[in-house]
Amino acid sequence: MADLLVEFFQWGFGVTLVPWLAIILGIVVGILAIVLPLLLVVAMSVYMDRKVWAAMQMRRGPNVVGPWGLMQSFADGLKLFLKETIIPASANKFIFLLAPALTFILALVGWAVIPFDAGMVLADLNVGILYIFAISSLGVYGIILSGWASNSRYAFLGALRSSAQMVSYEVSMGFVLVTVLMCAGSLNLSEIVMAQKDTFLGVNGYWFTPLFPMMIIFFISALAETNRPPFDLPEAEAEIVAGYQVEYSSMAFALFFLGEYANIILMCAMTSILFLGGWLPPFDWEPLYLIPGWIWFFGKIFFMFFVFAWVKATVPRYRYDQLMRLGWKVFLPISLLWVVLTGLFLLLTDKIPA
Amino acid sequence: MNELLLEYLPILIFFFIAIILSCVFIVLPMMLVEQKPDTEKLSAYECGFEAFDSARKPFDVRFYLVAILFIIFDLEVAFLFPWAISLGEIGLFGFVSMMIFLGVLTIGFIYEWKKGALEWE
Repeated sequence: MADLLVEFFQWGFGVTLVPWLAIILGIVVGILAIVLPLLLVVAMSVYMDRKVWAAMQMRRGPNVVGPWGLMQSFADGLKLFLKETIIPASANKFIFLLAPALTFILALVGWAVIPFDAGMVLADLNVGILYIFAISSLGVYGIILSGWASNSRYAFLGALRSSAQMVSYEVSMGFVLVTVLMCAGSLNLSEIVMAQKDTFLGVNGYWFTPLFPMMIIFFISALAETNRPPFDLPEAEAEIVAGYQVEYSSMAFALFFLGEYANIILMCAMTSILFLGGWLPPFDWEPLYLIPGWIWFFGKIFFMFFVFAWVKATVPRYRYDQLMRLGWKVFLPISLLWVVLTGLFLLLTDKIPA
Repeated sequence: MNELLLEYLPILIFFFIAIILSCVFIVLPMMLVEQKPDTEKLSAYECGFEAFDSARKPFDVRFYLVAILFIIFDLEVAFLFPWAISLGEIGLFGFVSMMIFLGVLTIGFIYEWKKGALEWE
């Protein structure tokens, strides 16, 4: 990438780039190549979300702005942009604005380590999964800060609920990650994907192994982590009128919204990488490798996102005590047990990756 | 520069770009769009009537308890990460040591379960 840029600048502007500048420019181009499509995908996923709910409820969904309503999200974004930014008089103004920015920043930077194809990754960290885990843990801060800074009853309640819920499910998510790590033998996301090649009977991905229950737990925890229905208690329109977002308007609100959807897609990508085999085709069959890996990866994200929308359209909201019971009394013991069983199984059958 | 640190350079730049992007998103509408604040608009929302007092009141201790439990178990997960990676080298000995550690934590978990720390009625 850096060499290419040096050549490009020499050819286009007659300037010779110093090596470190070329490296940095190359990185910036790489980042923009992730962020801009990501924001587009976020906009389209909001549209897709609404279309899927609409289809499941026998409605039409957005269909006015642009062909088949495709431009709906952009119209919504423009509308939000043109709204007045209201900062409540009793709020801590700096923290109030910091919170949505933090949510948005964290939702974006998580994508730095996601491998889209073999070698197609911005930062191929050898601790990639730890990085993702850390970034998604920090996501709680955006919500706590917004709830505290708003100085509003509803926002405070929503933030409390949300943070308790997110940290509860983070624990079982961590155990699920450990089971996958034991099988893959690496913290690097690319290596985890490659470890899933032909796991069993020519199927790529851990979902076809005894790790399948872990995938279900990971998926449900991801729903809770991103405050999606049926775990959308922090927002609970009927009781606390959107929770921590209640005082936000204009782009400050839009940043929460964008961050939330970018996080959802990140979780879909993580599910694909950890269990569905990332950029590998579903079956280890030579002709399938002719299709570029990133198309398979995109297709898997698309499928997972459809399941996210599907769940929202069909499942009623949990009660708070049921939510905590599921997280602490069901998922935590099961995933802990699975860690022990997986370790034992790998040791006894001598299948631990070197 | 150190090879290892160079791996993290893209992430640092990514952070900068994300920060710039979010600042632009927040500040731009504030500057471009007409702002007409008034006292009613700027008061905290509370279903139509005025807020009685500050929202920062004492809250249920169980939220605090959940946070403490989270710290314990997340630390446990942090210990499990390197253990899971090096399981091939440490073998049965490493496995059994970790099982003893997990066993102690599980006893604590059962204790708090029986104490009712996980009940939300």
